[in-house]
Parts: sequence; structure tokens; C-alpha cells
Amino acid sequence: MILDLDRFVRTERPQWTALEKTLDWLAADPNRELSIADLERFHTLYQRASADLAKVATLASEGELQSYLGWLVSRAYAEIHEARDRRQFRPWRWLTEEFPRAFRRHVRAFQLAVALTVIGAGFGSLALRIDADAKGVLMPFDALSKETPAERVAREQQLKGKQLAGQKGRFSAELMTHNTQVALFTLALGMTFGFGTIAILFYNGVVLGAVIYDYVHAGQSVFLLGWLLPHGVIEIPAILVGGQTGFVIAHALIGWGSRASRADRLRAILPDVVTLAAGLALMLVWAGMVEAFLSQYHEPVIPYGLKIAFGLVEALLLTLFLTRSGREETR
Amino acid sequence: MIARDTLRIRTPEGVEFALPLAGPFSRMLALAIDLAVIAMIDSVLEKVLGPLLVFGEDVATAVHVVVYFALVLVYGATAEWFWRGQTVGKRLLGLRVVDGRGLRLEPAQVIVRNLLRLLDALPAFYLVGGVACVFSRYHQRLGDLAAGTVVIRTPAHGAPDLDKLLAGKYNSLAEARHLAARLRQKVTPEMARIGLEALLRRDRLDPAARLELFRELADYFRALAPYPPDLVEQLGDEPYVRNVVAIVYRSRT
Repeated sequence: MILDLDRFVRTERPQWTALEKTLDWLAADPNRELSIADLERFHTLYQRASADLAKVATLASEGELQSYLGWLVSRAYAEIHEARDRRQFRPWRWLTEEFPRAFRRHVRAFQLAVALTVIGAGFGSLALRIDADAKGVLMPFDALSKETPAERVAREQQLKGKQLAGQKGRFSAELMTHNTQVALFTLALGMTFGFGTIAILFYNGVVLGAVIYDYVHAGQSVFLLGWLLPHGVIEIPAILVGGQTGFVIAHALIGWGSRASRADRLRAILPDVVTLAAGLALMLVWAGMVEAFLSQYHEPVIPYGLKIAFGLVEALLLTLFLTRSGREETR
Repeated sequence: MIARDTLRIRTPEGVEFALPLAGPFSRMLALAIDLAVIAMIDSVLEKVLGPLLVFGEDVATAVHVVVYFALVLVYGATAEWFWRGQTVGKRLLGLRVVDGRGLRLEPAQVIVRNLLRLLDALPAFYLVGGVACVFSRYHQRLGDLAAGTVVIRTPAHGAPDLDKLLAGKYNSLAEARHLAARLRQKVTPEMARIGLEALLRRDRLDPAARLELFRELADYFRALAPYPPDLVEQLGDEPYVRNVVAIVYRSRT
């Protein structure tokens, strides 16, 4: 059959234009929705454009008209066939319900992240015990590796928190951004089937273990707790949440115990990945502020007991939040 | 064989449409434009945040560090969400991020594909993402694979105007009605399609190839329905093909 193309275009053009206008209206704001009557009209226009595309498909395989109609139908198809949940974002509900629930849904991935960090910490402390000269390698920060814990404690207690005078804000901002980058990178490495995430978590554990061993061995356990706990009880779990999310991605990639396609598995975890990523970023903002404005002050400015108590209270609240908040029975 | 330059989607209505995929080079150019846009926004931000200096240099620097980090992190996702899969760079180069199944882009998809830039950008100049893009079936970087998205080309589309192509010109072949009827009867849909495509694409053809193509097509159509010499003696190959196409496609005019 040879189509009377001229007549066909003249007859159908008003419908295509109407469909295009509706699509442009929808595209102007991603939250726009059509009324039932408009939706029915939109659906009719979509079906008509689809039928027209089917007609011209036999006429010109890659022609201008087919390309135009294909583009029109593809845009309308995306609007018509989208059936995923589009609930409005509510920040408070997200924070108090969705984030802790997403955390609990993947708690085994979090436990794996904790286990890897603990193994790394064991390795780091053992390595420093066996080879004290490896300190520079195990702790790649000058502030930690170039002086003994006792020297640092004496220096910082003498400075009374003035070591960051005039740069606390900048220090805090750099901590927030750097730690967020590390946590998100740990998350992104889930795309290496989890191997990159494993490596980062283990390495973080090695550094942490070496620092802990160094200070405990030097008899500076109280200083260590007073310095690390206020920000560490939020910062370290945030990095672990990054690792948890990386393992969630890796699990979806590998697909153990699932018959769904890889694309379906990845699609299913996307909302949780975003929720956990945003949650860890929020945790790191808090940790960055605490590290710059509290952790760097030591005795005699702030008693260690107070700093340790602050850290323990934070740890308790975080644990309660992640394990209890948003639970179905508490609503 | 799977075509790597198009994403084909079959709708439940049984209609298939193809989305032309963007290649790594055009995507790289779009990225370069976006980086330039980020640099421009940052220079504007520096001026906007200037008054914060009254609170001290420390506060101004801290705010700038956080705002710049947030800008780099959210620029792509925000633009792609509000512009339906486009950033400034993609808009300028006619590219668009779409769902891999042709559905509407979800916020989670644009966020995840942009978060994974951290990995795609490694070790430098988006090498990981570039390699993934070259070797994946639908030119997807790792962020696209995780988010289930593809980047397509969106050239300016408009309904074709046949008037520009076929109308407004005297058609000497239509004068001999019985021969015009014979043409309609003998020209197959495939040959009519080839004639129409040749006319639609003639400006993109090499001059020598254009002459050769229209000569072959005209000879073919001449053999199907030989016209009296006085009707066609002044008619070149290309006008001949155009007149034949006008007769078969505009049968009611």
C-alpha cells in the first residue's frame, strides 16, 4: 500500500500538534499532572500518534516523519505508562521514618561493613604492634604520624583549642565535604561488585585500628576517647552507611537468590540508595561541626569526662534512632 | 546483531520506536560545557557570598567550601530533574537522559547517576565512565547502568512539510493521466519510499553521488512508464524523480 502522505500529514497534523503542546506543558514542570478529562484526551492523542507511527513505519524506515512521530510517541509513552509511586517528598517523614527504615531493611549489609572495618582495625593495631616503624604508612596524616601521642596531647592541651583559631569554620566545612566525598565514594564502589567497598572499609579500619593502638599503648586512652567519641560516633557510622549502601548496590548487581533481571534489581534499590546517601550526608554535616567546634578542645578547656559523656549520649541516640525510629508498632 | 546506536522500545500497543543513542564524544563535550557552567556559577557565587566577609574570612570561606561542594554534587541531578533529563551542556548539544525503558525519569535515577560520577570520573578525565560508555551495549557509563538510564540524541523535530518538497512546481508527468495512472500502478511501495527518501536527503548527499543516484532512479521510473519525448525532454533526472514521487504519494491532487 502506498500512503497518500500529503493527505495523511494534513489530516493528522492537528492531533500531533495538540499532543506536542500537552507534552511541552508537562515538561515545563516535573510535578504537573493532568486532570482525568485531560488525561483521557491525552491518551487518545497518544494512541492516534502510535497508530500513525505504525502506518509510516512501512513507508520510510528512517524518514523524517517516522523520526518525528517516534519522538512524539516516546515522550507520550513515558507519561502514559509510568506507574511508579510519586509521593510528595516530606523532609520530616523522610528523616524520622524513611531513612531509619531503609537502614533496617539492609541491616545485614551494615553488619558486613562493621565486620570489615573491625577486621581492618584488628589488622592495623596488630601491624603497628609488630612493626612500630610502619606508623607513617598506617597513619597517612602528619598530625598523627610525626609526633608521639604524648607530644600531641601536651601540645594541644597547652594551646587550649587555639590551634584552629580563626579557621574553625573552614576546618569544619572541609571535614564535611571530604568525609561526604569518602562516604559517597565508598557507596559508588558498590558498582565494582562490592570489591572497592570492601577495600575502602578495610583500609579505614586499618587506619582506625593503628590510631587506637598507638594512643592506648602510649597511655592516652582518655584523651583518645575525648577526642574521637564526640564526632567519631557519628562520622564512623556514616562511612559505614556508605559501605552498607555500596553492598546494597553490589548485591543487586550480583543478584544472589533473585530471579529478577539485573536492571530490575538495580531499579528496585534506587530509592533506598538515595535515602541512605542523603542520610549519611546529613550525619557527616553534624560530625563535621562537632569535630571542628568541640573535638579539638581538650582539658583544661573542656573536661574529658564531659566530652566522653557527650559522645556516648550521641551514640545512644543514634542507635535508638536507627533501630527504633519509624517502626510500624510505634506509629 | 544488536544495534548499538539506537534504543528500541516496543509499547504494549505493539508500536516500536527507536531512540538514537548519544556517543561518548558528544557526551564528553556536554560534560565540558557543564563544567564551564559550574565554574561560571561558582564565580558568581563568590561575588554573592562576598558580603559574608563582614562575619570574618573564616565564615565566608566555610560557606563557600560547602556551597561549592553542594553545587558540584547537585548541579547535574537538579538540572536533569527540572529540565527532564537535560543540563545546560546536554541542552546545547541536543542530548537528553531518559529512562532505559522509555518511562519517565524518576528523581532517584537522576540522583544515583550523578552520585556515581565519583566513580566514573576515575582515575582522571572520566576514564572509567568513558571506557564503560564505549563497551556497554547502550553507551552507558556506570552511573547510567546503576540508575537504568541512557543518554539519547534529541535533534530538533518537526512534522515534515511535504509542500516544500513536492508542491508549487509544475508537474508535466501528471499531464498524461493514463501514464500517471500506470506509474501509480507499477511503482512499488519500496521504490516509492526510496524516491521519497532520496528527495528528503538530497542536500546531505555528495554532489557526484546525488547526480548518480537520481540518474539511476529516473532511468528506473522512465522504464516503468515511457512518456512522450515532448513531455519530458526538458526534465532533468531529479525533477523527474520528484514528479514521480508527487504522483504516487499525492494521488488525490
